[in-house]
Amino acid sequence: MSTESIAWPSTTAASPSFVDRLHEWIVTVDHKRLGILYIVYALIFLVIGGVEATVMRIQLIRPHNDFVSPEVFNRMFTMHGTTMIFFVAMPVLFGFANYLIPLMIGARDMAFPRLNAFGFWMTAFGGLLLYFSLVGANGLYGAGNAPDVGWFAYAPLTSQTFSVGHSTDFWTLALLVSGFGSISTAINIVATILCLRCPGMTLAKMPLFAWLNFVMAGLVILAVSPLTAAQIMLLLDRYLGAHFFDTQAGGSAVIWMHFFWIFGHPEVYVLVLPAFAFASEIIPVFSRKAIFGYPVMVGATVAIGFISMSVWAHHMFTVGMGANVNTFFVISTMAIAVPTGIKIFNWLATIWGGKIEFKTPMLFCIAFLFQFLIAGLTGVMMSAAPFDWQLGNSYFVVAHFHYVIVGGILFTLFAAFYYWFPKMSGKMYSEPLGKLHFWLFLIGFHLTFDFMHVPGLLGMPRRIYTYEPGRGWDTWNLIVTIGVFFQAAGILVFLGNLLWSYYRGKAAGSDPWDAWTLEWSTNSPPPAYNFAVIPTVKSRRPLWDLKHPDDPDWKYE
Amino acid sequence: MRPRGSTNWYVPGSQILVWGCAAATAFGDTTPSPTNIFAPVSTPAKSIFGLSLFVLAVTGAIFLVVFTLLLYSVVKFRKRKNDDGREPPQVYGSNQVELAWTVVPVLVVVALFMATARVIADVQKIARPDNAIEVIAIGHQFWWEYRYPATGVVTANELHVPVSDASHPTPTFIKLLSVDTDHSFWIPRLAGKTDLIPNHPNRMWIDPHETGVYLGQCAQYCGTQHAKMLLRVYVQSRADFDRWIQQQRQPAALADAVSPGQRVFETTACLNCHTVAGTVANGRFGPDLTHLMSRDTIAAGAAKNTPENLRQWILNPAAIKPGSLMPAMQLSDQELDALTAYLETLR
Amino acid sequence: MTTTSLTLSRTEPEWRLPGRGRIGMSALIAAEAAIFTIFVVAYLFYIGQSLSGPTPREVLSPPYFYTFCLLSSSLTIHFASRSLRRSNLRSFGAWWLLTITLGAIFLYGTASEWHRLIYTDGLTISTNLFGTTYYSLVGLHGFHVVVGLVCLSTVMVFALFGAVKQGHAERIDVLSLYWHFVDAVWIVVFTVVYVIGR
Repeated sequence: MSTESIAWPSTTAASPSFVDRLHEWIVTVDHKRLGILYIVYALIFLVIGGVEATVMRIQLIRPHNDFVSPEVFNRMFTMHGTTMIFFVAMPVLFGFANYLIPLMIGARDMAFPRLNAFGFWMTAFGGLLLYFSLVGANGLYGAGNAPDVGWFAYAPLTSQTFSVGHSTDFWTLALLVSGFGSISTAINIVATILCLRCPGMTLAKMPLFAWLNFVMAGLVILAVSPLTAAQIMLLLDRYLGAHFFDTQAGGSAVIWMHFFWIFGHPEVYVLVLPAFAFASEIIPVFSRKAIFGYPVMVGATVAIGFISMSVWAHHMFTVGMGANVNTFFVISTMAIAVPTGIKIFNWLATIWGGKIEFKTPMLFCIAFLFQFLIAGLTGVMMSAAPFDWQLGNSYFVVAHFHYVIVGGILFTLFAAFYYWFPKMSGKMYSEPLGKLHFWLFLIGFHLTFDFMHVPGLLGMPRRIYTYEPGRGWDTWNLIVTIGVFFQAAGILVFLGNLLWSYYRGKAAGSDPWDAWTLEWSTNSPPPAYNFAVIPTVKSRRPLWDLKHPDDPDWKYE
Repeated sequence: MRPRGSTNWYVPGSQILVWGCAAATAFGDTTPSPTNIFAPVSTPAKSIFGLSLFVLAVTGAIFLVVFTLLLYSVVKFRKRKNDDGREPPQVYGSNQVELAWTVVPVLVVVALFMATARVIADVQKIARPDNAIEVIAIGHQFWWEYRYPATGVVTANELHVPVSDASHPTPTFIKLLSVDTDHSFWIPRLAGKTDLIPNHPNRMWIDPHETGVYLGQCAQYCGTQHAKMLLRVYVQSRADFDRWIQQQRQPAALADAVSPGQRVFETTACLNCHTVAGTVANGRFGPDLTHLMSRDTIAAGAAKNTPENLRQWILNPAAIKPGSLMPAMQLSDQELDALTAYLETLR
Repeated sequence: MTTTSLTLSRTEPEWRLPGRGRIGMSALIAAEAAIFTIFVVAYLFYIGQSLSGPTPREVLSPPYFYTFCLLSSSLTIHFASRSLRRSNLRSFGAWWLLTITLGAIFLYGTASEWHRLIYTDGLTISTNLFGTTYYSLVGLHGFHVVVGLVCLSTVMVFALFGAVKQGHAERIDVLSLYWHFVDAVWIVVFTVVYVIGR
């Protein structure tokens, strides 16, 4: 045997340049990268939306304040609502869905990777279009006007008569564009879940995360489309002289409300079902128990999906629909409280008899349970239409929906961030900073949103840039504003934790939480192809089966 | 900082404190708010109040039960320091339990629904009695127009109604219209809010049992000055109310000769928007000014009705209510003084 | 070096899930159906509400011939798809072309109806509520026909170059699903506009 040495060129690839890496991200169709793009995009707009809220709260810290003019304030609440719903909540939830669904169902990517990219970029451009209104709405030489018609843009305030200039058009077009993105992503989620599950994973063995996002996607398909239709009608009214919402020509302002809320109510379920998805994955792991009542949880989700399409006019109890119509929407709205309550009980039963670990994700989930309970109950209060004749359109409503969206959805979103950050980045976040974030934000949230109910009970309507002294609203508004600064501090700690841990965190390993769904069987972060071999599953918790071969789930399911 | 087991109390504990304070202040009489929904003086508001107590009791009970269970579970089932590392028993579900916590909420919903349907009918399915006062309220950006069709009275921003005796009710029925965008009429102590929507007439009623001034404001975003579209309802004794009606029916009390101020009014754009009954001014875009001095406030409650405020308002409305649709009239000081003096005579 | 043969035993049941093309297209159809539903609701809500201007009865006459053309195109596209599955490429091309032609005739019918309505009867989208709801509903449908024809024509070009084969039958079926949807919507629109609304 002889040895020869052969000169071989170096095979280590040169590390890609910044431009190459940027290009990779821009042209990516990988669900994991698109998921991260959605999430980062949403975080940027979260900060912007938070600034808008802070401006409003400073203006309202005392009566007859003049921190901003009424015109600016009205733009603030319009932009804050539109941004938070369409360019924070929806993108971040789509981001998590995109990242996790293929991993959880044992697939290599979403069903339509290029459609996935299309959906993200449409959403992204929609947001940019909305904010371009700041410079573009009155022509570049003008001061620039963001829309100021409120995030639900009631007619006829949005007609050319009352909304001169182009601000309303930016609102309309931004939502039209991002709506196409949302519908694309929803189609992708439906197709992925129905067509790409790994062998053995029947729909009844799919993680609840997948089920909840599946129903959410169905709702997006059925609910965002009516908004698209209404936007087209509004544009026809404004530019081609159509009369859909033109009351002077016999048109109806109320029909805009119907069309908007046919979208708007299912939309809040679009936002909350993924929050339930996070809770349904995280609570079991940190209680060390399987989710209680999986079939009932699925059934309740589907029921919520259906019923949510029939409750919309509880946003219109004061509009004058007549006693019989009001009564119908009372019963449909109260009905949806039943499956929703059942979910809370099932989470409670999951914790019951478990061994709770109070890591940051679980802290946020526990707070979610308390807070969502309250949010649901204030919703029940308003479902009683006569009570809503007092509470509607007041700060009680504002407090209620922020309780759901911040206290419910944002808290579970934080839980999700901490829970899956190790998987997505390969690094562990700082637990002390996570807990600091939790306490700061909890205090701020309660200062702001608990006390915000009171001015509503004392007669303070919403969307007012200032208020009269002597109505008993002053002190409450002050406390509400103070809470904002705690929340801001919490968010800063959160963002700092993410950044610091991304660069300096300890290696997390593939399964830091000793969890049970398929994503924890991959590396952290997962390779581009997700799984070397597509797994075959026998139960709802494939990793539990692997870790407990003597006591696998499929024996009991 | 590792949390000790006791910190789980902070989350729910702070909640209890916060809500306790809130409830105490909302229900308490220590700082009476003039717009407190829990201090009704009129039948619709009282019906709503009754329903709200029932709803609050039910939701409060649910809250206490579930809250306690949650609190108990996060304390009792926390992982102890001396944990053996084994997984707890895996319980996948229980049909009986699921049935129980489905049936009970359904029953609760049925009870809530029946109570609610009853109040909806009480308030909305009521026929207008013959002796009711009829008012047409018309919403404008950003002021309220009131018409009393039976007597021909037209006024703005301050609604007068007679007090209603519970044994012999004389309610006021209000028809709600709008000339521009959506508005909402909300006086919490008198009734729930009802919207004013163009091309969609609505109807509401009140029957206040105590005299006084009741406050509220527009409750549906209607544009820039939505915040200062305030409401004032003056509930008077029957005698006082009749006297007010009689006074409002009179044309403007004018001097024999046309005053300088009146001339300014009638030769500038004022008369295009405003009416002064008995003169040539018959504009309908802005409030009727025939009895302007009978009102406590101007600009739909945005300012007190004083000569200084009136002058300032005419000089530059944006100083008091930026975004109001009344233009700055660009008058000289002399014209302004004369005009204010003239308006001061419109009692 | 030794070789070992690895035998895979087929003890697992076969795992078959629906095709993603069909599911994706069905989901898209659901979304589009929701959009059309809103326009139909608006149309029905505003029947008889116009304050002035021409009424449906005065100016509308049901386009039976063009409707027949459009609905027939559903049949022809079905035959095209069947031909492709049997690898009968010539027949496929012919039926496909016929489908496109029938669709184009329908569009021509809509265009000529609109021309008459605008220039003879004076009905535009801004004339009254009838004009608004009519043009928007029929126009939305027409737009979907145009999009469909563009897709069908693209396939036609590929077919002329011999690039469409039997293996593409599933994709052709997915596209046909869209075309059938467009026809189904027309049935609804026709009923609402020319039967109920008149």
